[in-house]
Amino acid sequence: MIAFAFLILASCANKKDDATNESKKTSAATSVSISEGELENMIPSYNFKELNQFLTKENDTTYVVNFWATWCRPCIKEIPAFEQLNADYSEEKVKVLLVSLDFPNKIEKQVIPFIEKNNIQSQVVLLDDDDSNTWIPLVSEEWSGAIPATIIYNKTTRKFYERSFTYNELVEELKLIM
Amino acid sequence: MKRKHIILEIAVVVLTIIVMSSYKNSEIIPFSDGYQIGDVAADINLKNTDGTMVSYSDFPNAKGFIVIFTCNTCPYAVASEDRIIALDAEFKDKGYPVIAINPNNPDVQPADTFELMQAKAKDKGFTFPYLYDESKTVYAQYGAKKTPHVYLLQKENKELRVKYIGAIDDNVRNGDAVKERFLANAVNELLDGKEVSVKETKAIGCSVKV
Repeated sequence: MIAFAFLILASCANKKDDATNESKKTSAATSVSISEGELENMIPSYNFKELNQFLTKENDTTYVVNFWATWCRPCIKEIPAFEQLNADYSEEKVKVLLVSLDFPNKIEKQVIPFIEKNNIQSQVVLLDDDDSNTWIPLVSEEWSGAIPATIIYNKTTRKFYERSFTYNELVEELKLIM
Repeated sequence: MKRKHIILEIAVVVLTIIVMSSYKNSEIIPFSDGYQIGDVAADINLKNTDGTMVSYSDFPNAKGFIVIFTCNTCPYAVASEDRIIALDAEFKDKGYPVIAINPNNPDVQPADTFELMQAKAKDKGFTFPYLYDESKTVYAQYGAKKTPHVYLLQKENKELRVKYIGAIDDNVRNGDAVKERFLANAVNELLDGKEVSVKETKAIGCSVKV
């Protein structure tokens, strides 16, 4: 909990930098101390076309895909519910995927520390695709673009949620789909 | 006599159907869905960072309004600030001033208090009203789901009609990489007396915190 509070504080302090850093995005991205290859290993970065393979699998597994970001307060609040779901259903065919929408230049400073501090076990990927007007409706026509947002799907059923979840609410929805 | 009875019965049935179908309509389009393209937007009366109350009717010469739900801290809102200032500079004199509205509840998002809105407006030199949706009614009326979330209104016969809903442009994270200025294009089309060609767009944003 303390780690959480610290992180939220830290992200608040950093927020002011976001806009100014954003214009220098490319230069910031190349000046990180961790090499791109190492970052890529920890958190693979995809454009939407690449990510879409994780949103459209047709096998026996039910996928719980959550769109989040470290700067998104309600997202951070519900991540433990997704983590618990991932752990509790590890024996069953359920897989949690956390799709970060953090700015690419925040991966090293915010996303990786968040994952390490909170010992996130679910798979985390970065969706780095500016053309959100094209891909938001492809995720779901219902999506306004606000996060958190979640898809629960398998080969027969697919549901989209623009809302926050508690653990019990997640389990309820999952049971309806599994 | 019998005939009268039948007519009465038919009338009752027809009335019931009308009432039921209108009820059904209101079920399909609940209030929380907010404004759709073509809807008439009601006037507002919200507190500005300078302490005054602001309504659309305070701008009798405006041809319409660029209404942007935004906030102090959402990185996507922050990344859009300079673009919002530029939009006001570009379109205020042409009749479409920017009206920014913060829908967030400071109890949920402590960085979005009225005092911090005042500091933001001062720091950034906002040239447009930055209004506080204290009662949380305006964002719900519009159906704004996130920050930033744009509604372009045009005055038609003294009514304000919603002409465009969505994003400022096609790259919310990086203003330098914008290829299509959806909102500016829509305003320019209205200024040219044309219909807006791209009426709705989507962008990632921070959910409204209430």
